[in-house]
Amino acid sequence: MKKILLLICLSFLLIECNSTDDVEVEKISVSLQFEHFWLASPLTASDLDTFKFETKNGDFLKIERLRYLLSNIYLINDNETFTFSDYTLIDLEKDDNFTLQLSEKIVPGSYQLKFRFGFKDDDNIDGAYQDLNTVNFNVPSMLGGGYHYMQFDGKYKDNNNQDANFNYHAIRAVDRSDPNNLVYEDTSFEVDLGTLSFISNSEITVKVNIAEWFRNPHTWDLNQLNTVLMPNFEAQKLMSANGKTVFSLGDIN
Amino acid sequence: MKQAWLYTFSFFLLMNCTSKEEENYTPVVYELKIPQLFKEKLINQIVPANNPLTQEGVALGKKLFFDKILSGDGTQSCASCHNPQKAFTDNLQFSSGIDGKQGIRNAMPLFNLAWNFDEKFAWDGKDFSLENQALEPVLNPIELHSDWKNVAKKLQNHSEYPTLFLQAFGTSNIDSTLVTKALAQFERTLISGNSKFDQYLLGEATLTPEEQNGFNIFMDEARGDCFHCHGSDNNPLWTDNQFHNNGLDASFSDLGLGAVTGDPADNGKFKSPSIRNLKFTAPYMHDGRFVTIEEVINHYSEGLKPSSTIDPLMKKVNQGGVGLSAKDKADLKAFLLTLSDDDFVNNPDFQE
Repeated sequence: MKKILLLICLSFLLIECNSTDDVEVEKISVSLQFEHFWLASPLTASDLDTFKFETKNGDFLKIERLRYLLSNIYLINDNETFTFSDYTLIDLEKDDNFTLQLSEKIVPGSYQLKFRFGFKDDDNIDGAYQDLNTVNFNVPSMLGGGYHYMQFDGKYKDNNNQDANFNYHAIRAVDRSDPNNLVYEDTSFEVDLGTLSFISNSEITVKVNIAEWFRNPHTWDLNQLNTVLMPNFEAQKLMSANGKTVFSLGDIN
Repeated sequence: MKQAWLYTFSFFLLMNCTSKEEENYTPVVYELKIPQLFKEKLINQIVPANNPLTQEGVALGKKLFFDKILSGDGTQSCASCHNPQKAFTDNLQFSSGIDGKQGIRNAMPLFNLAWNFDEKFAWDGKDFSLENQALEPVLNPIELHSDWKNVAKKLQNHSEYPTLFLQAFGTSNIDSTLVTKALAQFERTLISGNSKFDQYLLGEATLTPEEQNGFNIFMDEARGDCFHCHGSDNNPLWTDNQFHNNGLDASFSDLGLGAVTGDPADNGKFKSPSIRNLKFTAPYMHDGRFVTIEEVINHYSEGLKPSSTIDPLMKKVNQGGVGLSAKDKADLKAFLLTLSDDDFVNNPDFQE
């Protein structure tokens, strides 16, 4: 009888041990913050409208408007995806749109951070996004419709040291050399910021180096490529190539 | 005697009922008539939570809009400068106020105001919200030149207004806040979305080859490049409601947005107006300097003047503009006129 009682007691103890193992791990929240730079110098709305930047090519410029679209912004682990946003428009003049919060809490661990600059073709549906229509981010149907990836406008000092305008507008590239047979190339691109580990509530900083648009791998000459770049098939491909070094991982706090 | 007391008692009882009925009067919700393309393409319009649209509020706002009682000498109303037949502007370069004085800005047309999402109104964006905007013309010495105490007093002593305010807002104590709320309610109902081009987008009309070419010029970055500021087939507002220097002057006698923000980078910037209803809204620009649509197109084609704040979207400034051909100019005008909404200017709901 004693043995039976001992066995029963042991069983309860073991069950108790198992239930301690099942204690739910406390989930954490993760946010994403975009910080803008020109090379190593922070760049904010207060830096707009002033000639203060020099490109790798030696062009002096001022930024007057910078809006760009990121889509499919998410964390992914082995089998689950956690989305910050399906798409978001970042406007340098509006600092309330620089932070994104993960819509749900996640288990601490390792996750890959990815997003796309612009919309991939499947998502780039003409007129489908009311908020983007409202702020005139559309691309004319003669260029394939859909949406801008970026509107980056300002002035540079031209070869005669006169102010000249630039409109560095990124869209899906379209070759219109044969008007009856337009050729499209998806020039949006995915940014993979690698695998990040989180043990508690975290804020990830993504650094956005605007100078890279003019820098790497193609040294951009604003005297050659300045306005009417939307219908310029080759210019769009150059932008897409340069954009791939614009985004990098900053601190995780 | 007993019967007399009974009658008197019953009378007061009934009076009491009536007064309670008035106090408890609930205004009827006003449903905006939103065009199909607006519903499909745009986010929801702005209606402040503290000023929901009601049938009584809109009707009161309309009555006030057309009533000269808001002016100092009873000779002008809002509609004196904002004529419904002219898409709620007038055909003058500068309107004259009750004292015959003129300002330096053209009266803005009024429509689709509930879709101005930043809520910055007037050419220079000085007024935040429609309600606040409506405060200013009553006071302005070159407009209605009155004062709000005087206006409120006149309305309070009016035979109809106290009851109308009671029905719209639950109180017959009239002040500037309630007057501007009513005016803003009426203004939010001024929706223009039934032009030929709207019908074309809905498959109900066909464009001529000239109109179609004009639309293509409008949308072509290498020619008109109008769409970056003035919307597109995907933005039925046909404006971005933002502020731009569109190259009118090399130096500025009127600073526009710059005078409001104090930022020199904003000097010479004015709101992009909607290009709907140009047929009715001449003359054009913030100072009404262009009498015809042709003059406007010529400005963008070869009349641009450089300045430090000219918008980067103004192409080939050093050559005066993009240099459209005569045919392109004519076709662009033909397209612009397809955005005329005759139903809007003739809508009986908007007439006096």
